[in-house]
Amino acid sequence: MIDFVGTVKHWGRQSVAHLDAPLLFIAMAIMAVGLVTVHSATFDGNQRMASQAGNMGVALAIMWFVSRLPPQKLMRLAVPLYVVGVILLVGVFLFGIKVNGAKRWLPLGFTRIQPSEIMKIAMPLMLAWYFHKFEATLRWKHHVVAALLLVVPFALIAKQPDLGTAILVGAAGFYVIFFAGLPWKVIFGLAAAGAAAAPLLWNVLHDYQRKRILTLLDPTTDPLGAGYHIIQATIAIGSGGAVGKGYLNGTQTHLEFIPEKHTDFIFAVYSEEWGLIGNGFLLFLYTLLVGRGLIIAAAAPTLFTRLLAGAITLIFFTYAFVNMGMVSGILPVVGVPLPFVSYGGTALVTLFLGIGILMSIHTHRMLVKK
Amino acid sequence: MGDFHNPEGDQERFRFRLGFAAIAVLAAFGILFGRFVYLQILQHDYYRTRAEDNRIALIPIVPNRGVITDRNGVVLARNYSAFTLEITPSRVSDLEAAINQLGEIIDIQPKDRKRFKRLLDEAKNFESIPIRTRLTDEEVAKFAAHRYRFPGVEVKARLFRQYPLGATASHALGYIGRITDRDLEWIGQREQEANYKGTDHIGKTGLEQHYEFELHGQTGYEEVEIDAGGRALRSLKRIPPVSGNNLALTLDVKLQEITEKAFGDRKGALVAIDPANGGVLALVSTPTYDPNLFVDGITPDNWKELNDHPSKPMVNRALNGAYPPGSTFKPFMALAALEAGKRTPGQTIHDPGFFNFGNHTFRDDKKGGHGSVDMYKSIVHSCDTYYYLLANDMGIDAIARFMGSIGLGQRTGVDIGKDDSGESKGILPSQEWKRQRFKKPEQQKWYAGETISIGIGQGYNAYTPIQLAQAVATLANDGVMFRPHLVHYIKDTRSGEKRIVEPQPMRSLNWKPQNVEVIKRAMVGVNKEGTGARAFAGAPYESAGKTGTAQVFSLKGANYKESGVKKELRDHALFIAFAPVDKPRIALAILVENGGFGAQSAAPIARMVFDYYLLGKVPAGAANEDAAAVEDDNDE
Repeated sequence: MIDFVGTVKHWGRQSVAHLDAPLLFIAMAIMAVGLVTVHSATFDGNQRMASQAGNMGVALAIMWFVSRLPPQKLMRLAVPLYVVGVILLVGVFLFGIKVNGAKRWLPLGFTRIQPSEIMKIAMPLMLAWYFHKFEATLRWKHHVVAALLLVVPFALIAKQPDLGTAILVGAAGFYVIFFAGLPWKVIFGLAAAGAAAAPLLWNVLHDYQRKRILTLLDPTTDPLGAGYHIIQATIAIGSGGAVGKGYLNGTQTHLEFIPEKHTDFIFAVYSEEWGLIGNGFLLFLYTLLVGRGLIIAAAAPTLFTRLLAGAITLIFFTYAFVNMGMVSGILPVVGVPLPFVSYGGTALVTLFLGIGILMSIHTHRMLVKK
Repeated sequence: MGDFHNPEGDQERFRFRLGFAAIAVLAAFGILFGRFVYLQILQHDYYRTRAEDNRIALIPIVPNRGVITDRNGVVLARNYSAFTLEITPSRVSDLEAAINQLGEIIDIQPKDRKRFKRLLDEAKNFESIPIRTRLTDEEVAKFAAHRYRFPGVEVKARLFRQYPLGATASHALGYIGRITDRDLEWIGQREQEANYKGTDHIGKTGLEQHYEFELHGQTGYEEVEIDAGGRALRSLKRIPPVSGNNLALTLDVKLQEITEKAFGDRKGALVAIDPANGGVLALVSTPTYDPNLFVDGITPDNWKELNDHPSKPMVNRALNGAYPPGSTFKPFMALAALEAGKRTPGQTIHDPGFFNFGNHTFRDDKKGGHGSVDMYKSIVHSCDTYYYLLANDMGIDAIARFMGSIGLGQRTGVDIGKDDSGESKGILPSQEWKRQRFKKPEQQKWYAGETISIGIGQGYNAYTPIQLAQAVATLANDGVMFRPHLVHYIKDTRSGEKRIVEPQPMRSLNWKPQNVEVIKRAMVGVNKEGTGARAFAGAPYESAGKTGTAQVFSLKGANYKESGVKKELRDHALFIAFAPVDKPRIALAILVENGGFGAQSAAPIARMVFDYYLLGKVPAGAANEDAAAVEDDNDE
């Protein structure tokens, strides 16, 4: 009478209907690298692998849920999420509590939250929604408004100060504007103006900010302070050589020379133990991830989904590039984790929210076309 | 408008940009891969050797701490180098055994072991910890012969702080001690972590703390190659440290010594200020302590003794003791009245010996009263009734406004201690103060009756000796006010330049010169014919003063008979003064705890201080209590 088997099969099909297999497998592969490396970074101290696996479970559940939301629903969330995000950021500015010299947290009585994290998703959502709404009448003034929507949260986050998050939020917004068709001459004009203003900017920087930049150019000028991280991380990478020192055999890692080794500097741990081959493999996985994201963006049916998919994909790239760049000493040290690899629940949740949105965009595209 | 909107074109343009992004991503990853190839293939040998034994050790070189000298160049705090025997715990498997073996060749006392244990508990991970300090040359040689037996143990030259004058001026100088977690936080706030690698002492109180980041200097470092045992083989590079800046004080340490002696074994405080610039000439708090005890890490016994001693030698009474000013308040009350137009100098009141307010009677010290009293007489004979009436006429808030303007009830900002942690605010009573001080509504209200005793410096009034000294100095200097400070200039080691600490006055109060003159003349009268006359008899300079007594507790009903009261319950004696009157060079406030009357125990100290500072006269010893002054005149 009742087709149990059929019903269960149907549920099963239903539950995976909105997952994108290539994206899921690539992300899982990078996460596997992460889990293995977190184990190496923490096995002789405060063991973190199990708790990171737990974080991944939560993040995957959120991804599954988000992937089932149709893009129209996401669109409706854009404005409220952005407005709430900005209000919370202003709240941080006024009432935030200082931890380690930076005002990033907002106390809510029972707990505290870091509103800048919300902005990583809210920013591209908002701008994509905005361009979508004015799609038919797009003029340069819309780019100006979009720039304002971008600059306000960016400035609030940079002021905390949290340069790493500000860069990620700012980049997310910029990518949307770029994909929405910001004229090339404006892009090159801005780049040229930025280059020309650099010497002026140098003059208004604080001493400690200048020092940070000089430290990047030559870490040996401050070997006891900030330069120490860069020097030790570079030694770890370089000493890894072509094939690495072998899993769990990194001397820099296990003799405690690498700072923040399971979070921001985890790439040094990985690189020391797996060498250039391991690095190449990880870069390949990230390239696949970005490639899949760009394909999803190219196939997206509406302006909103196109812009959102494009921006989220490039944000994955930005995370990876900024982190590996700073650990290998070609970018200044800012607090950006290595996506899907660094230990930490918050970043994972944000990343898988992004994956979920990409999946939603891709699996709902036919419905929209009809 | 939609005419030139072309969805197909948009899609095309979008895809073009996606392509552009894809190329940019590949290029960026290409750069990263290039960097990896550079580090891991081309530079691999270099980094491998650096990692293999991570044999380059960076050894911080701690700079010489700045030297502190008095106004005449007498050294008050300096450094000397001594050898210490140190153990790096992470490189020694059995500490107990190693120390026992060391004890066979070098004398190690139980107290050395105790200190080592304490330091071990406090230590950050990898540092070496002294087991013995101040090794003799012979001991150094002995250890050198045996050092192969002791991996992880070495002789180091360390700098020690020394205060050559011992307990003199210790409350001003403060002391240094080992860095604690709270100090680390402070260092972090100033972004000085890197500069404090290798430093293990930091200013804990006094000038040593206030000028910590001037005195510390710039840490240098040495890059050395080390062998597997962690011993230094050769130096690769050496960046020398830059010594800390030196402090030259306004303090005259000879004057300080004489003053401390003058107190004898009495508890109290004295602050002497140069009224023309706010420079502190002497800052005394007795009893005092020897800051050298703290340098090596104070022993628990010494610490307990200092902390638990009933006379509380660790408390800086000059900055942290808040006392009712008693009658020394009167000249300021009188000036406030003149400035506010509430009194004229010649206006008289009749003093029957008491003042009735509501159903309470406020008594004057002199039975039967002073009769007809004008402003001059009110100060010279310290007439209470005059000030009961005056306080009532002015009202509490007008009094508080004036007293606030001369710095009473506020931190002076003197350069002692960290931020304002070294100084108490005292209490400047006002309606607002009472509202904030008390919780219950009925306690928050100011009652007019409470204003009356404020007029004679009693009631809620409580000020620190340094506030009183600043107020007297401001009066002496005709209303031009300076922040009291002990450092005249900081001598920058790097540039050799002398940075003057406090060249400008804080504010100018714009008092009418004739009003100031009235008060000054009355205070001259105090030292000529009033309560200060005995102490200043025969002085070849003209001085101005005012004695005072602060009640320790109120003796209800009983007539205060000083000799019949236990010493701890005797009133506090106060004296404020400045000299010479026409061109003041020194202004001071003195407090002698349980000293009884100001004329009796505080004024003779002031005489000694002035005689030395103005005439160069060196007294024999402690100032005697002038018992006769009590008989003579007990109406302060």
